Parts: sequence; C-alpha cells; structure tokens
Amino acid sequence: MTEREKIFARIREALTVPAPLPGQHDAGHHAPASGTPSAQAREWLPPVGDSFEDQLARFRANAADLKATFYFCNSRDELAKLLCELRDVEGWKKIASHTGELTDAACKMLGLPVSHTDQKFDANELEASDAGITECDALVAQTGSVLVTNRSAGGRALSVLPPHHVVLARREQLLRDLPAAFELLKKKYAANYPSMISFITGPSRTGDIERILVLGAHGPKKLTIFCGP
Amino acid sequence: MSSPVQQFKEQAEVLTHDLRHREIIQTALRKYEVVRDKSRGAFRDYRSARQAAAETKWEAVNHLDKYLAQFAGKLEARGTKVHWATTGEQARDIIMGIIRGKKARSIVKSKAMTSEEIHLNHALEHEGFEVVESDLGEFIVQLRKETPYHIVFPAMHLTRGDIKELFNRELNSNSTDNPEELTMVARRVLRQKYIHADVGFTGANFGIAETGMISITENEGNARLTAALPKTMITLMGIEKVLPRLEDLALFLPLLATSGTGQALTGYNTMYGGPRQPGECDGPEEYHVVLLDNRRTELLADPEQRDALHCIRCGACLNVCPIFRNVGGHTYGTTYSGPIGSVITPHLRGLQDWKHLSFSSSLCGACSETCPVKIDLAHHLLQNRRNASQEKPSFFWKTGFKLFSFIFNRPGLYKFIAPLGRIGQKLHPFVKGTKLDPAYAWTKTREAPKIAEQTFKEYWKGRS
Repeated sequence: MTEREKIFARIREALTVPAPLPGQHDAGHHAPASGTPSAQAREWLPPVGDSFEDQLARFRANAADLKATFYFCNSRDELAKLLCELRDVEGWKKIASHTGELTDAACKMLGLPVSHTDQKFDANELEASDAGITECDALVAQTGSVLVTNRSAGGRALSVLPPHHVVLARREQLLRDLPAAFELLKKKYAANYPSMISFITGPSRTGDIERILVLGAHGPKKLTIFCGP
Repeated sequence: MSSPVQQFKEQAEVLTHDLRHREIIQTALRKYEVVRDKSRGAFRDYRSARQAAAETKWEAVNHLDKYLAQFAGKLEARGTKVHWATTGEQARDIIMGIIRGKKARSIVKSKAMTSEEIHLNHALEHEGFEVVESDLGEFIVQLRKETPYHIVFPAMHLTRGDIKELFNRELNSNSTDNPEELTMVARRVLRQKYIHADVGFTGANFGIAETGMISITENEGNARLTAALPKTMITLMGIEKVLPRLEDLALFLPLLATSGTGQALTGYNTMYGGPRQPGECDGPEEYHVVLLDNRRTELLADPEQRDALHCIRCGACLNVCPIFRNVGGHTYGTTYSGPIGSVITPHLRGLQDWKHLSFSSSLCGACSETCPVKIDLAHHLLQNRRNASQEKPSFFWKTGFKLFSFIFNRPGLYKFIAPLGRIGQKLHPFVKGTKLDPAYAWTKTREAPKIAEQTFKEYWKGRS
C-alpha cells in the first residue's frame, strides 16, 4: 500500500462515524443547506453600492486607507500626463513591463529603457528597475484590491520585485466585490487557469515589529493604480 | 530534561510575574483588537458569514477523502508532483530528497507552521543546507534561534530595541531602533536571498479542491517572491486545509484577515496552481506539494472534536485567551499555542503528556466566541480533561472522591467532620505561606476563604 492509499484508508475509516453539524453550541441552529454554504457571501461581506460612482468612491477610499495611490483618468491624455509627472517626480531611469495594449502605450510615452518580462529576463535587472508597470484583471471596490494573474501582469515577479508597482486598468475592470472577482476568474480562465492568481491589496507591508505599520517589507514600497477610460 | 508539564509550570510562573513581557503583549493585542473590531463591524452580517464558514469547513472535513482526491488530481494534471506523508519524518525525507535531487544549496522559506511542526529547519541545517526564513517576524526569531512566539505574529514578544540589538549583532547593521529602518535592513539582506535561492518553500492557508490550487495569505510579499524566483518550489500543507470551491475564498480570505490581523483583507492573497505553464514567462520549473497527515487522521477519527480540523490558523483564539496573554506563547512548548494548541496538541503528541494545557484554562469561553469557523474550543478543553481523567484517573482524584462519598453517605460522620474545618483554619496562620501549608498552591497568591462560624446543621438547629 502506498502512503497515499494508507492516508485515504485512515480518512475513510475515520469518517464512518458522522460528526455533529457545526455551530451546534449556538442555540437555534439548523442543518447546513445542501449545495454551497458560502455562495451567498455577497449578502454578508461589507456592502458596496450598485452604481459605478459608488464603487469608484469605495475603491478610492480603500486605496487611501491602504496607502496606495489611485488616479481615475477620464482620458488617455490625462493618464499620459499623470504618468509622466510620476516619472519626473520619482526620477525613474529604467522601468520594467510586459507586452500589452496599455503597457505598450505607456512605455512608449515614458521613453525610458524598458526590460520586458515576457522575454528572458534577469532578476537582478528587474530588481534594479525603478518601477514595474503592469496591467491587471480587475480592481475590486470592496477591498481596494488589484487582481492580477501571471498572464495579465507579466508573470510572477514583475508585480513584486521592483520597488514601485504601477497598475494600469480600464474603467470597465472595476468590479464590485470579491464574489464578482471570483466569478470573473471562472468565466475568464475556467478552461485553463493561470498558475498564479493574486489579490494585491496595498503596497507590501509588515507589522512584525511592535505591530507598527511599515511599507515595503519585501515587495513594492509603493503601489500606484491608474484607472483610465 | 523536564517534562512538558514541569516546563509549562516553571515558565508560566516566571512570565506571569514579568511585567515587561505583559506590557509588550498587551500593547500589541490592544492594537489588534481595535482594527479587528472595525473590520468585523464592516461586515454586513458577520454572524452569518461565520456560520457559513463553519458549514463550508464542515463539508470539506467531513468529505475529506473526496476533496483531497480532487485537489491532488487537479494539481497533478497541471504538472505538480504531489507527495503524501503520514509522519513528520516522512515529510522531512521527501523534502530532503527533492532538495538533494536538485543539488540545491540554499532554500528560502515563507512562513509555514507545518514546517515548525516537523522541525524542518533543524533537519535541513543539520544536513548543511542554508535555510532562510523570509517573513520578517520569522526571520527575527530564526536569528534568535527561537521558535515563533505566536502562529501569526512570530516576534510579538520583542521590542524594537531587542530587534535593533539583534540585527546589529547578527547582521552587522548599524540601525537605530526605528521599525522602518529595521525592516529595511531585513529587506536588503533577504532580497539577495530570493534571487540566489535554489528552492522556494512555502506553507498553504487553503487548498482548493475544485481547481487544484493552494492559497497563501501574507502581507509582506515574501511568499510571492519565494514562489516567483527559485527554480523549484515546494509547498507543505496539512491534509485538512482543503476547501471545496474557488469562490469559497470570497468568504474565507476576509474572515482570515479580520480574525488574523484585523485587516479587511491581507496584503497578498495568492493562488498557485502549478509550476510555470506553457506560455508563461516566469515561475518555478518544478512544483512539489507535500501533503502531511502527522496524526490529523486521529483527530478526524474523534467525531466529538473533529471540528478542531476546521481551524484556519488565524490566531484569534490566542489573542483573546487570558492564559496565552499571561503565560506567553513559548511557555506552551508546542508548535500551536493558545486554545487551539491546547485542544489539538494532546491528539498530535499524546494526551497524558499534554493534558495540562487543557487544565490551564479559565473556561471563560472567549476562544469559542471569537473563532471565525465556530470551533467550540472551550468545550473541547473540557472534553480533553474528561478523556484524560477517564483514561488515567489520578490517585488523588480517585481517593478524594472515594473519601467524599464515604463521608457524605454517613450523616453521623459528616456531623463530626464538618466543624473540623474552622478549627483547622485557626491553626492555618502557623503554616500559611510555607511549603507545609496543605493549601499552598492556593494561598501562595491568594487569601483562603474564611470558613463559616457554624455549619448549616448547627444553624438550622439553633434557629428559634
């Protein structure tokens, strides 16, 4: 018998005796409904308004709480202007990015040397880039998160190794809540999921020293999110 | 070496009197409480969310064979090598085998309590490998050659001054005690480790059966880097961590964050479904998932306490526990401390050696009340006490109750013995506070209650 078979044999043996249903120590509880207990998560999670404006406001407020920078741009020109300002203020010398409609346009406009992670890249070079510019799968209003996959955002390292992560998103990518984000993942990728899916909620942070918040523990110290037209 | 119970008593004695330690822990936990309550309050219906999480975990654990098979099958279909380990030793051998096969020298780790459970670092270092913990708190305790103090906040017992001294000594840094400066020292050291490590090692918060993915929750980005740069990635996961569906995470990620650190959502919640796939531009060439039993199936076989396997290791029960807050995490001498540790350690390491943890409980029930998946921890502590006494009743317990029933079945004898208490108490001051005091365990820190001047029988007879 393999170790796998032994473990399964023990599990099946153990499960021959049923366990009481959960939450029984709270009075007035009834048996779990068949199907998916967590399917109604939207009804319990923090509320988010129905309109685009509500969701935008929620995302903006969450981003501010998380110490991420968020810009909503009504036009491509506005986005270009803000991005160039950021380049000049921060004094970017070289950047890293990946092939994509939004990223290609941004890199061209910035006019800086770019290392592309779609081609063979060197981790040291990526680490030494001033910013990593990526696209994303969605923005989640409820939590202020950016949803990326290694397919949408230039691999696993680009969104964590450079010291500043810049996200370019489209207006229609703003989603209401976490259940909507998982629906999107299923719809978009169910046939073949990317090997990495990540909800990025603010810049890298730690509270391991006296529970005092410090940004940039290992990943990016800064997270800037542009939501364009 | 002293027994677990002796060690527990000695350390608890020291730490409960240590006001500095108490101040550090209370300060950290007060900060946690404030944000936790805010995040809980933001839920539209926290109670229902908690109940649904309990039901989802119940479903997963009570159909563990089905979901585990699905989880492993889906992972394997996309090129992940899945390994099975009944014991900690087997898991260590498997991991060592993978590392040796890759001729690896250096391993970068992100936080994994399962690896503490099987004493992996010790084994790897013993074989001459370089192992670096990348989570800041874990990095700090590794430098101190300590185990994590808390399953979520490994270095919560240290002040910035302690950490400054540690870094200056061990890393030749020249930092002040500014937390940001200290964090940057660790960042600089560890960045190079990620880039040069041969193997990245992680734990897992959840395993998704439906899609064959593991999910890792972290704030620092260290797990992200660990899973991005090294050519080989290994994940060690307890078999009880599976969830049925991908969308279950929509509920579990916010619950874990709220209970664990008090955040609405943790910084990075990342799902990994295999090694680098065709067409993807980076990521490990090989991905290994090691599934660990290590007596979890024994806990599964106890239907009364099976729900202890629902635990998502958020640490919320530690944070509210008056015992944990006073005796501290290291005093337990276990991988998992606090109420959940007291409940499961007897199952994982033997009831008689670890039953004392279930007796050191105030039975206040704060743990049951705070658990996001509704494990009735306080009740399980009582069940452990009962099981321990049934399995091996103590001599004093047995004779004590025999004596009790002998006296209480004989009214004449009772009438004679009952007034002895107040006579005895008159003699008490002569021995009070010394080891000769039969009630020393009580009176060394407390006043003994005064015995009434007359027994009830005397009172009843004397009433006019």
